[in-house]
Amino acid sequence: MHLMYFTEQPMKDYPQDAGNDIGFTSLLMSNKHFNPVDGSRLYNEFLENYVYAEEMGVDGIMLNEHHNAPFCMQAKANIFASLLAGMTKRVKIVLLGNPLPLNDNPVRLAEELAMIDMISKGRLVSGFVRGGGQEQLATNANPAHNRERFQEAHDLIVKAWTVPGPHRWEGKHYHQRVVNPWALPLQQPHPRIWIPGVISQETVIWAARHGYPYICLNTSIEDTKKIWARYDQTAAEVGYTPGSEHRGYLIRCHVAETEEKALETARQYLWMDGEFTGRLKPVWASPSGYFSPSSRQNFVEFVAGQSASPSRPRKTFEQQIDDMQIVAGTPEQVVKNLRIIMRETRPGIMAFWGNEGRMTQADARTSIRLLGQEVMPALRETAKELDLKCPFEANMPVSRAYAEAARATAAE
Amino acid sequence: MPTIQWTSNTITVAGTELHVQRGGTGTPILLLHRDIGTLESLPFYDALAQRHDVIIPHHPGYGKSPRPEWVGSTRDIATLHRALLGQLGVKDATLVGLGFGGWIGAEMATYAPYDTSKIVLLNPMGVKPPNGDILDQALISYIEYVQAGFHDAAVFDRIFGARPSSEQLIAWDICREMSFRVAWRPYMYNDSLPHLLRGVQAKALILASEHDQVVPRSAATLYAAQLPNARLQIVANAGHLAELEQPAALADIITSFIAA
Repeated sequence: MHLMYFTEQPMKDYPQDAGNDIGFTSLLMSNKHFNPVDGSRLYNEFLENYVYAEEMGVDGIMLNEHHNAPFCMQAKANIFASLLAGMTKRVKIVLLGNPLPLNDNPVRLAEELAMIDMISKGRLVSGFVRGGGQEQLATNANPAHNRERFQEAHDLIVKAWTVPGPHRWEGKHYHQRVVNPWALPLQQPHPRIWIPGVISQETVIWAARHGYPYICLNTSIEDTKKIWARYDQTAAEVGYTPGSEHRGYLIRCHVAETEEKALETARQYLWMDGEFTGRLKPVWASPSGYFSPSSRQNFVEFVAGQSASPSRPRKTFEQQIDDMQIVAGTPEQVVKNLRIIMRETRPGIMAFWGNEGRMTQADARTSIRLLGQEVMPALRETAKELDLKCPFEANMPVSRAYAEAARATAAE
Repeated sequence: MPTIQWTSNTITVAGTELHVQRGGTGTPILLLHRDIGTLESLPFYDALAQRHDVIIPHHPGYGKSPRPEWVGSTRDIATLHRALLGQLGVKDATLVGLGFGGWIGAEMATYAPYDTSKIVLLNPMGVKPPNGDILDQALISYIEYVQAGFHDAAVFDRIFGARPSSEQLIAWDICREMSFRVAWRPYMYNDSLPHLLRGVQAKALILASEHDQVVPRSAATLYAAQLPNARLQIVANAGHLAELEQPAALADIITSFIAA
């Protein structure tokens, strides 16, 4: 079982009234409300907390990135990954992930990731994402080419890591005269690639075809099971049977000394009307061409303000506690609920979204301490009982392609 | 006003299927629709068809024309429409382009600068406005974008309804996706176009709506300055979508220009 700590790195000190006045807290919310003095303090607190999480016993630090919004201060996942490569000793640095379509030069990404892997002495997990809808707008990446760019950039990065250069890349969206980075990953054949997401079936199928672990981002237990069914079906079609090592799950989980305190603090998970990615105009979340054509009707009605988001149904705090999409309480209470999730969904990887919103630094650190010292040891015992293994414990191949190549080599 | 019999056909041009509406008799007009597609039937089309043979292809990837994966620029669209005219045996059509369609018409004129007699561009996109920016539809909903095209908001409700249908929303979304494919960056213009326009010999009528909130007036002014035989005329009491707000007046202006 691989147990990670995660935070969105909220810019918690932005003036909330400003967001209330304009009705949104993303993309077009003016950065005149961003105070770099607060930013500097918060970045350093996040760093302290990551180092503390390692001391408290977590197996990994999960990082991500977003743009133009107070809900997430990380504008480049590789920067914190680089810092942690030097500042930590043991934890896996798990990027979930680099938003590939936003990059115009995937070879630069391959170089950066190789550097992080070498500096961290082989502790990088290099997840990739498509980037949210509004990220495309924030970085001027064409949403109509999002999925094609994701897949092509992935193929180019894996080739840059694994095929000795120099070679040339003339793709549809990327063109490189010379692919020959003098920085290669320490982990061979390349760092593990994990793919996070929600219910986008194309991404689930793509991950399953590659044999990459899929990390469900705080989906309901019911939706999580649907995702695994699709993953397993695809895996069966390409000829393998997935195990817990292919399954990951991110859960909003806050731990405190008392239930009352934990529940009060956990309300911060809904600090922006419960929107993961801030309050936004629907059209920013779903630019044309970004979403699956099979769901076009649902998305256009959402964009027009005629229906709720098809990917993230609105739920109250109480509903989310009842559905265990937020788990909050004392260590014993949290362990009890997390065991249910583990039994129901059988993940080999779990990420704990430990602090969010305006939680204080003291509350964040208490939660990290209790997670690392009390919750995680209990969960590891449960994982043994349930035979839940992470990709490292299972020693699974980094991809289907590599597994097949290894088999072919062995047969020779 | 006699009723116009419109026909609809799928015509394969360079291996690409185009849905083409055609109606009326007289000198030919190739009508180039907007980035939001077009309704099947419009009073403006009927008015033009009283005096002209009006040919309205749905741009590839818009409306009823399927999306070819390879089309990546307005020049690709302009080239297909040139081939369409050749295939139909239509000689010397007046190119009438509306907004985004005006950009396509301008590209077509620059390809054959001595072979186009007349062009009419209404609030054309396609050039970087010297002052202001073309309204970015990526940041606003389909409904807000179309509403921005009206000077009189009541006309939107009359045509599309206060709550447009899901079918209409889907149609707008498909158009928007295609617009992103051909005009995402830079948004809705081609930097070389103002230079190429200088070689176009066609008589050109550049029309600018009095109240266009989508394309700044300076774009129309630039077109009129770069095209050697152009004049600029203002369409009164209309927003960007003048063909929906002032169909009769606009048809009269265009018909008079072609007849002159």
